[in-house]
Amino acid sequence: MTPRKKRFVLIGLGLGALAVAAFLVLNAFQSNLVFFYTPTQAANGDVPQGRSFRIGGMVEAGSLTREGDGLTVHFVVTDMAKRVPVTFKGILPDLFKEGKGVVAQGQLAANGAFLASEVLAKHDENYMPPEAADALAKAKTAGAQSSGTLVVNPR
Amino acid sequence: MSGTGINWFKYSSPQALYPLAGRMIPWFAALALGLIGVGLYVGFFVAPTDVTQGDAYRIIFVHVPAAWMSMFLYVIMAIWAGLGLGLNARPSFMMAQAIAPTGAMFTFLALFTGSMWGKPTWGAWWVWDARLTSELILLFQYIGIILLRSSIDDLRRADRASAVLALVGVINVPIIYFSVRWWNTLHQGASVSITAAPTMAGTMVTAMLVMMFGFWMYSIAVTLARMRCVIVERERHPSWGKQASMPDAVEAR
Repeated sequence: MTPRKKRFVLIGLGLGALAVAAFLVLNAFQSNLVFFYTPTQAANGDVPQGRSFRIGGMVEAGSLTREGDGLTVHFVVTDMAKRVPVTFKGILPDLFKEGKGVVAQGQLAANGAFLASEVLAKHDENYMPPEAADALAKAKTAGAQSSGTLVVNPR
Repeated sequence: MSGTGINWFKYSSPQALYPLAGRMIPWFAALALGLIGVGLYVGFFVAPTDVTQGDAYRIIFVHVPAAWMSMFLYVIMAIWAGLGLGLNARPSFMMAQAIAPTGAMFTFLALFTGSMWGKPTWGAWWVWDARLTSELILLFQYIGIILLRSSIDDLRRADRASAVLALVGVINVPIIYFSVRWWNTLHQGASVSITAAPTMAGTMVTAMLVMMFGFWMYSIAVTLARMRCVIVERERHPSWGKQASMPDAVEAR
């Protein structure tokens, strides 16, 4: 083997070892690298106890209620399996909407409700003009009446 | 290679690359200007608004290509660094050295525009999710590589040390790219990928791709210009460096 070839092999081996090390480290940190927990994890008790964490999911349609002071809001975060009621006092981000993604930071109260100190909107990777969204919605309702097989961006 | 009648290896010598780069820079600069101009025009005036985010989403036409470039450029820099280590070739190290600042610039641009986007859409300038954090680490890697090189006086040692650092750091690039798939992040997933149809309107994708090619051309032009500076700086002593073929660069020093 020429010295040149040897050097390339060494570089390759080094990178390979590095990849394995990185994989092991990331695997070990798996649970600490998540930005938020799901309502199912909260229901199973897989969330940090007694300290603040984030919970993420969809804002359940029709669950948003506002108290008389106009600032305190209640809504339900769901991952389609479990539901967590959330209370938040503050200004919601513009993109906060029922049926859309949300990430809330706060603590789980004793009664199972989540007291949020911060609410972030999580938007998805779909971008479309309003007309296209209208067309999609129409197609969806029409499709629901006829066949119901039209799947619009399953996710 | 032999069929073309051009000896491409000739241009791996700094002496031959210097005038060639000088001739190529105006073309790439013009292409960059044209493509970025078209991309921004299509992005800001032709592409439709987004149904949920309104016009705030238009920052993707800078943000996404900049983020792609920050990762591409790192990989390319690492490849040059690896070639330099393997072949013991000075010009490869010089290329890696010339790419680093542009990569750092695009990383900063991606982080900055992302922050501007985060406030109106998410409601926060910055969050410590996996995507954002790993991209921030990429910025620190670029800065670290540039600093390490400039902190070592012996050029050979500086080349090798920064090349090893660049190679070690390449592990972060797949982590950045796949972070949105591997972990729960606030950052959304990829809208455009090689394996699936884009999940965005056609005009939007077009504008983004045009911007990306514009950024490529810009990167090539700037890297070549910086390469010329590096050549002049490092090949100070040989006689050709003082020849009249490059008076502009000599004066600039």
